[in-house]
Amino acid sequence: MTTLPILSLLLLVPLGAALITTLLPRDNARLVKGWAFGAVAIEFALSLYLLANFAPNTGQMQFVEYAPWVPQIGIAYHVGVDGLSLWLVLLTTFLMLIAIPASFAEINTRVKEYVIFFLILETAMLGVFMALDLFLFYVFWEFSLIPMALIIGIWGHEHRIYAAIKFILFTMTGSLLMLVAILVLYFATGARTFDLLELQKMITPASLQPWLFAAFALAFAVKVPMFPVHTWLPDAHVQAPTAGSIILAGVLLKLGAYGFLRYCLTLFPDAARQFAPVLIVLAIIGIIYGAMVAAVQKDLKALVAYSSVTHMGFIILGVFAFTEQALSGAILQMVNHGISTGALFLLVGILYARRHTRLIADFGGLQKIMPVYAFFLLFVMLSSLGLPGLNGFVGEFLILLGAWQANPIYTVFAASGVVLAAIYLLWAYQRVMQGPVTNEQNRRLPDLSRREFALLLVLAILIVVIGVAPNVLLHPMQASITELLNSTNVAGLLK
Amino acid sequence: MLTVTHFTVLSAILFSLGALAVLIRRNPLIMFMGIELMLNAVNLAFVAFSRFMENMDGQVFVFIVLTVAAAEVAVGLALVVAIFRARDNVDMDEIDLLKG
Amino acid sequence: MSQFLWLIPALPLLGATINLLIGRRLPRAVSCWLAVAAMAAAFGAAVGAFLELLALPSDAQVIHQTLYQWVTVGKFSVDVGFWLDPLSAIMILVVTLVGTLIHIYAVGYMEHETDYARFFTQMNLFAFMMLMLVLADNYLLMFLGWEGVGLCSYLLIGFYYNRDNTAVGTDEKFLSPRSSGTKAFVVTRIGDFGFTLGIILMFWTFGSLSFGEVFHGAETMFQIGAPIITIMTLLMFLGATGKSAQLPLFVWLPDAMAGPTPVSALIHAATMVTAGVYMIGRSHVLYELAPATMAVVAVVGVLTAFIAATIALTQRDLKRVLAYSTVSQLGYMMLAMGIGAFSAGIFHLMTHAFFKALLFLSAGAVMHAMNDMVDMRRLGGLRKILPITFWTFLIGALALAGFPLFSGFFSKDEILSSAFTSGNVALWVVGVVTALLTAFYIFRAVSLTFGGKPRWKVGEVVTVQGAVASELDAHAAKGLHPHEAKWVMTLPLILLALGALFAGFLGMPAVLGENRLARFLEPVFQHETPHVSAELEWLLIGISAAAALVGIFIALRFYRGDAKTPARLAAYYPSLYKLLLNKYWIDQIYDALIARPGRWLANAFWLELDGKIINGIADGLGNAFRGFGNSLRSLQTGYMRGYALAMLIGVVVVIALLVMR
Repeated sequence: MTTLPILSLLLLVPLGAALITTLLPRDNARLVKGWAFGAVAIEFALSLYLLANFAPNTGQMQFVEYAPWVPQIGIAYHVGVDGLSLWLVLLTTFLMLIAIPASFAEINTRVKEYVIFFLILETAMLGVFMALDLFLFYVFWEFSLIPMALIIGIWGHEHRIYAAIKFILFTMTGSLLMLVAILVLYFATGARTFDLLELQKMITPASLQPWLFAAFALAFAVKVPMFPVHTWLPDAHVQAPTAGSIILAGVLLKLGAYGFLRYCLTLFPDAARQFAPVLIVLAIIGIIYGAMVAAVQKDLKALVAYSSVTHMGFIILGVFAFTEQALSGAILQMVNHGISTGALFLLVGILYARRHTRLIADFGGLQKIMPVYAFFLLFVMLSSLGLPGLNGFVGEFLILLGAWQANPIYTVFAASGVVLAAIYLLWAYQRVMQGPVTNEQNRRLPDLSRREFALLLVLAILIVVIGVAPNVLLHPMQASITELLNSTNVAGLLK
Repeated sequence: MLTVTHFTVLSAILFSLGALAVLIRRNPLIMFMGIELMLNAVNLAFVAFSRFMENMDGQVFVFIVLTVAAAEVAVGLALVVAIFRARDNVDMDEIDLLKG
Repeated sequence: MSQFLWLIPALPLLGATINLLIGRRLPRAVSCWLAVAAMAAAFGAAVGAFLELLALPSDAQVIHQTLYQWVTVGKFSVDVGFWLDPLSAIMILVVTLVGTLIHIYAVGYMEHETDYARFFTQMNLFAFMMLMLVLADNYLLMFLGWEGVGLCSYLLIGFYYNRDNTAVGTDEKFLSPRSSGTKAFVVTRIGDFGFTLGIILMFWTFGSLSFGEVFHGAETMFQIGAPIITIMTLLMFLGATGKSAQLPLFVWLPDAMAGPTPVSALIHAATMVTAGVYMIGRSHVLYELAPATMAVVAVVGVLTAFIAATIALTQRDLKRVLAYSTVSQLGYMMLAMGIGAFSAGIFHLMTHAFFKALLFLSAGAVMHAMNDMVDMRRLGGLRKILPITFWTFLIGALALAGFPLFSGFFSKDEILSSAFTSGNVALWVVGVVTALLTAFYIFRAVSLTFGGKPRWKVGEVVTVQGAVASELDAHAAKGLHPHEAKWVMTLPLILLALGALFAGFLGMPAVLGENRLARFLEPVFQHETPHVSAELEWLLIGISAAAALVGIFIALRFYRGDAKTPARLAAYYPSLYKLLLNKYWIDQIYDALIARPGRWLANAFWLELDGKIINGIADGLGNAFRGFGNSLRSLQTGYMRGYALAMLIGVVVVIALLVMR
């Protein structure tokens, strides 16, 4: 095992880079962009180092670092990574590596601030995935909110302020209740600690569990987002700049799903089992509802946003099915959704940069004009609709497989989402890329630039690799998932 | 024989005078004087109580109050100068940017 | 060779990859022939594998190769592995052989197409996926191929993605290629929904998805009629109805004709649409345990065969006649599966691959000659102009009609006699009537296309309705100058015609010879064809031959000369004629029952529930707080001394309260 404090480094490098960015000259946008890219590249390299040193056969926390923060009330800087969070950490650093260059052409005002917010955001998101202390977790959790709201509110499109405020209000409302629940947990268990691993050993009083679970679940459900608290998402996505959408869909939504996994399941196992049917039903409603609404969207970005609601529904279904297959599928699907939906937003952003419209009706027949773009768009859509051989299929199938064991009815309804996905994605593709060119302005659109091509190629290769060899991702998470299931089972027996 | 009551009454009178000055006058400099008067009224009370209760805490507090008063005057006067520069006027009733 | 099974699908994949990456920069000939070479190499590899399989003793005729673990979670584990037994051997031979011929044909057919690299990429990718489907050693990998061929079908149907209409020289309005492609994908996905559930149920029942373990488990763990097997097989059959275009999901296949004709031949006639039949044949162990499902399969099959044949009677578009004919013939195959005559079904699958590919390619040769005009009301008199095409089409038609000694005769007869001997005479009767209809509609097509006088003029410019002449490509603008195609197109026609002629002799009925195919497939199906007396067998052969002959005869009579009889019939039964012409209005019914309500509901969800209710609550809460704040605004006067007074009063009140207490 390594002695390098790799997790602290991962948390500090973006933050430090953000600090240094403040010193860079304001008028040299190229330098700032290059610097930001260098920073996220180093960060990604560090996360690869983390991956290389990860021991796949243990379900325990690894790379753990512990330092008292406010020892009087049991707050500590306690971070660690296990099979549940490993891939999410990598996903975060990877998508930052995509998102920063994706905004090179789009962002030309206040570049410094933009870069600073993104780097701070990266630290906050990584912190959520690594934190093993509820207080620390909450700090990172809230911290991730502000930069994103600012990114939407400053560099967004026409209704950016409305979207940013809606984003803040929805997520804040949820997380405030979570803060209350954290405090109740602190006092009720009598442990007088915020340490997650310590709290997991305690048995939360059965009478409290439902309330605390509900408070946590609300915070996470808003973030995921689940039906019916999902309506901030389309607004936020539509208004956010491209890179903001990539990170929002790719990582921020995962914070909610990860929260369910890491906190709801382990801290309140009994309540989690008790409420699982409710959450699963909401998730399935989200799957079908999101897909149906996506199908009738007129705005391409809103369509992708609603498709996120569908996909996240699958993930929540996987989390609450309480089976090995479904949980593995859920985590894999988090990574898949990050890659596929990130790529979709990137693609929509490329189109927006050329035509300054996102309305499906403004396009048509683009395949002739932008054949390479058309290839990537279709490819990513196929990954998103779960075509076997590409990444989305494995995750979806594992979730459906696992959910069947929980209750076949779940699988039956959720699987219908797979049909609907084909409808909304292919219909959108048909209207945007196929048919005759109806709008003369579209005739001269340039195909992908070299930078765009490189970004999409990396994403496409990952899509294929995960689809063909998913075991590379599935293997390291197995031990942790077994551990998680065991811990919830034992707690369930004690009831 | 001076009792603590005398000091307290004097302190109260001074405090009320200061408060009235703050409430009635429109010139910020006079208002600052009023505030100083209030603070020193409190100081007087502190010292008096300290003396009669034979406890040094009150005197220590006086030092804190003096420090705060000095800082407050420094900041306040700076503000007044800034406002004067911007508006050529320091009438407090004219300065109502915070009006809802 | 046994370690190189993976080469068979890998070769077309390699071809597809090369064409995808650099195809557009390669000269046309290199790109096209590269794709052909990849297919031909796959055919060579398939033959090699087949010979090696033949060398094995008949009780151990399986070559099994595992490449790596694909998905492993807990006890769920699926490999990427290949499984060659007589059944998959026949499939890979058919796929690669017919595929190679169609690829060669396509080189000629697509000679005016500028996007040749995309076409051949997708064709090779299709071959790869199809070979994965038939070679997979487990259901999940089979599903990969299953969805993969669906994808290629989608891509190739929508190949002419920027065209609105493909009906040349006619007033008919077909679905645009792009909508047809989407429709095909979505409709088959409805079937795949069932297939997915079937696979999942299978895993939780048997704890595995690999063929060996599932079949072993089924044989040892379950009695005939076990409900769980019935549900499982029904779910899988739903997948088959989608992919193999059976009731009620067959609606996508006729529209799939919007793709280039080689695609129709390869994907929508010879190979992909038979995937459902193959899957049922592959899972025969399960199906035999579920008599209820078998009955459903047989009934759905025979009904599909009949309904599609009736629709084919009235269609005017040559390719659509062939499309409905494909649906109908797939119905026959399903019937065979449903009555347990698995090898008969596979036999018909094989002969059908030859003669239907032949018919489509011949129709393509007609299109090629007639500037894509395939409306039979505008054809006619092509016999002399396109002699090779005429003869090959005729051979295909005879085979399809079941003319004695042609390939389709033997395979269809085997299915019909199995239906008779299975004891269900109703199935047999419908099957025979359908055979008569089949013979009728295909010879109607022969007469209308090749017989009679031309209903077109040399030099006439035919266009898609509404198209402007100036937008036509140079070739079409010159007008009609039909001539026989080059050798790249005629050679595959001739080779396929040989197949359509002679493939039937592989499976002759007992009274005429020997059923070699059934014997070859015996290790898979372990199924002895019930022995019937020679007299009965002759009788059944006679009846099916008579049905074919009668159908052919009526068609030739009806459509000789000016063909007044059909028009009079249509006038005599207008509602029946309209019903058939409009395909029982199934598309319209689906639209009204599913598509429209779905869209309405989705819009209601979006605009009302999301837009008004949920956002209304959220915005309403926000506005409530804003209003409350607004009403408090007037308290903020901005007068500093006012605030000071308020503070003072507050302090006094608080102190007063404290003192009073």
